[in-house]
Amino acid sequence: MDLLNAFIALANFVLVPAIAYGSQLALGALGVTMIYGILRFSNFAHGDTMAFGTMVTILATWWLQGMGVSLGPLPTALLALPVGIAGCMALLLLTDRAVYRFYRAQRAKPVILVIVSMGVMFILNGLVRFIIGPGDQRFADGERFIVNAREFKAATGLEEGLAVKTTQGITLVTAIVVVAALFWFLGRTRTGKSMRAYSDNEDLALLSGINPERVVTITWLIVAALATIAGVLYGLDKSFKPFTYFQLLLPVFASAIVGGLGNPVGAIAGGFIIAFSEVTITYAWKKVLGHALPESLEPSGLVQLLSTDYKFAVSFVILLIVLLFRPTGLFRGKAV
Amino acid sequence: MIDNPRTPALFALVAGLILLTGFVQSWNTALLILNMGLISAIMSMGVNLQWGFAGLFNVGVMGFVALGGLAAVLVAMPPTTEAWSAGGAQVLAGLLSGAAVITLAAVIRKRMAPSRRRAVALVAVLVGGFFAYRAIFDPGVEAIEAVNPAGTGYLGGLGLPVLLAWPVGGLLAAGAAWIIGKTALGLRSDYLAIATLGIAEIILAVLKNEDWLSRGVKNVSGIPRPLPYEIDLQNDPGFTARAAEIGLDPVTASSLYIKLGYAGLFAVVLVLLLWLAQRALNSPWGRMMRAIRDNETAAEAMGKDVTARHLQVFILGSALCGIAGAMMTTLDGQLIPTSYQPLRFTFLIWVMVIVGGSGNNLGAVLGGFLIWFLWVQVEPIGHALMQLVTAPMADGSALKAHLLDSAAHMRLLTMGLILLLVLRFSPRGLIPEK
Repeated sequence: MDLLNAFIALANFVLVPAIAYGSQLALGALGVTMIYGILRFSNFAHGDTMAFGTMVTILATWWLQGMGVSLGPLPTALLALPVGIAGCMALLLLTDRAVYRFYRAQRAKPVILVIVSMGVMFILNGLVRFIIGPGDQRFADGERFIVNAREFKAATGLEEGLAVKTTQGITLVTAIVVVAALFWFLGRTRTGKSMRAYSDNEDLALLSGINPERVVTITWLIVAALATIAGVLYGLDKSFKPFTYFQLLLPVFASAIVGGLGNPVGAIAGGFIIAFSEVTITYAWKKVLGHALPESLEPSGLVQLLSTDYKFAVSFVILLIVLLFRPTGLFRGKAV
Repeated sequence: MIDNPRTPALFALVAGLILLTGFVQSWNTALLILNMGLISAIMSMGVNLQWGFAGLFNVGVMGFVALGGLAAVLVAMPPTTEAWSAGGAQVLAGLLSGAAVITLAAVIRKRMAPSRRRAVALVAVLVGGFFAYRAIFDPGVEAIEAVNPAGTGYLGGLGLPVLLAWPVGGLLAAGAAWIIGKTALGLRSDYLAIATLGIAEIILAVLKNEDWLSRGVKNVSGIPRPLPYEIDLQNDPGFTARAAEIGLDPVTASSLYIKLGYAGLFAVVLVLLLWLAQRALNSPWGRMMRAIRDNETAAEAMGKDVTARHLQVFILGSALCGIAGAMMTTLDGQLIPTSYQPLRFTFLIWVMVIVGGSGNNLGAVLGGFLIWFLWVQVEPIGHALMQLVTAPMADGSALKAHLLDSAAHMRLLTMGLILLLVLRFSPRGLIPEK
């Protein structure tokens, strides 16, 4: 029985990966929730928006690497991130101009906008595959680990190692900075307040002289930044593949809905709930339990509740339970 | 039945396109397009039933199609007797115990008053039940998967004629739809969409992981056919003699004969289902469904049971997708779980319905054929286009090679563009609802 080793094993295999994944999901879910709050539809193209922003960032990273620029221990992609965000902003403003604005003017039903976003999803998906190809791209460079498992073991003399990847550290720091900036913007600035007013009550906001087109434009700009950052962090942590990003749509939506669509705090909480439950339920607990329990109780099997391929199932079971018992999400979301 | 003069013209156009493929490319390609077009038309009728008739937003089509495919395996493959004796009973007992746990939990939830004690009892039953289920279920699965893993390693099917799998596929999909509908149909439209999207992924995860059921990612191939094999036809002197009379070599003749046979079978199913759907649309039931779609509150005030009707139409539409899925797996002769992709099996079907005209069965059928034709043909067209564009570029330039390689991805782009254009300029589709 060795609780310290058990905790280190738990941190290494569950806590650290789940915190990183949760931050990525939270940023993605914030984008979904912002669109839902202001534009009032579920954007099916969000996964592919993330893929597009990431793709632009990767192309810029390659260009920088070709020029011999690097950030030392940090990945070069951080330097290329502003380019990716700018590219994604341009794309979203273009799709809004070319596609969504028409339906907004018509005051089309939300479900029509969802179908429209399916069309945008197809186009973005094709576009990304067209430009960068459907394969796997790795673009992380610089130092690989902040804490190395072997060095950790040598330094502490423990049996279990703890590894923290640089990308996981960057993910957490970036997510905190971005979320703080977003909440400051929404809560303290005039534009942010006008956006919240518009989200709460469109007609009243219009009466008090808020320009709806400006609110919508700023929403798209913020969403572009959030989606690109989320996508780049996910890609740095794992790898970039267009199809994987399309599939990210599912956990991202689950996070946003579990937290309550339209509620930014809920999106963040939802992201972590989904990430932690996916990782804990698909993790084989043999190692942790082996340390934590007395020897006589040591499990013989892997003690894995479900195989890793069922991770989507986990997020959706949680989603369904929340929807059935608290239809507006854990934090009160809005309903259109 | 046909009261829009555009309808026959549009169908003639699609027929012409397929015939053109036959003359320009090959009759094999044309028949392949026709066969998958027939199947796509059934899937798109299923979605039309849900969306066009009742306004239900189901983006889990892929899951129901995959369940249909599973039915083909379960019905037509020969049973693996060794696996059955090794762990068949054990697995069945495991599944029954799982069902018993869920039933018990449901009973507790219904019988006990809402309280802390009920919550504790529910959690205890579910958690304890899960471990009990795994304890019974897992050894059976291991025993089954250990039986000749390279060749079988699964329970096999019932060894019945594969045509039976078509209705069974529909039933399987209907059963799944009943469970899903019971839980998710009360949700708002876009929540329902996300829920169905997730459920389709869950169904696929089950197909990929439960090796004892359908060999998972090891795939099942060699599913028996309703028609003879080409090689048998080629060895049949009577057939080769007749082929020579028409002036065809035996290989081409046998392949065309089989494809035509499938086309005939599929066409019978499509016509039957189309007739039923048209009858339903024009019956009092169809009018009621549209009334519910257009104004739920008013329909409810008139005494219509909206939830029950939604459940009913959700099950019917999903069953159509299941039938089509079983037909598709029969045509392919194999079940490959990794080949099910949401873009191809869910969202493309939606493009078919929207482009064809939601709320109109003929529109959905037309959309099925037309969009499938484009899905297949955009790739060679895109390739030709790229060749034209890149012709002036120097051979061996990286950009030229990249552009030529990427032509394959044009189809996604095109589908999105078509969907957006139709939604913008003809939102009711090519053949609008009356």
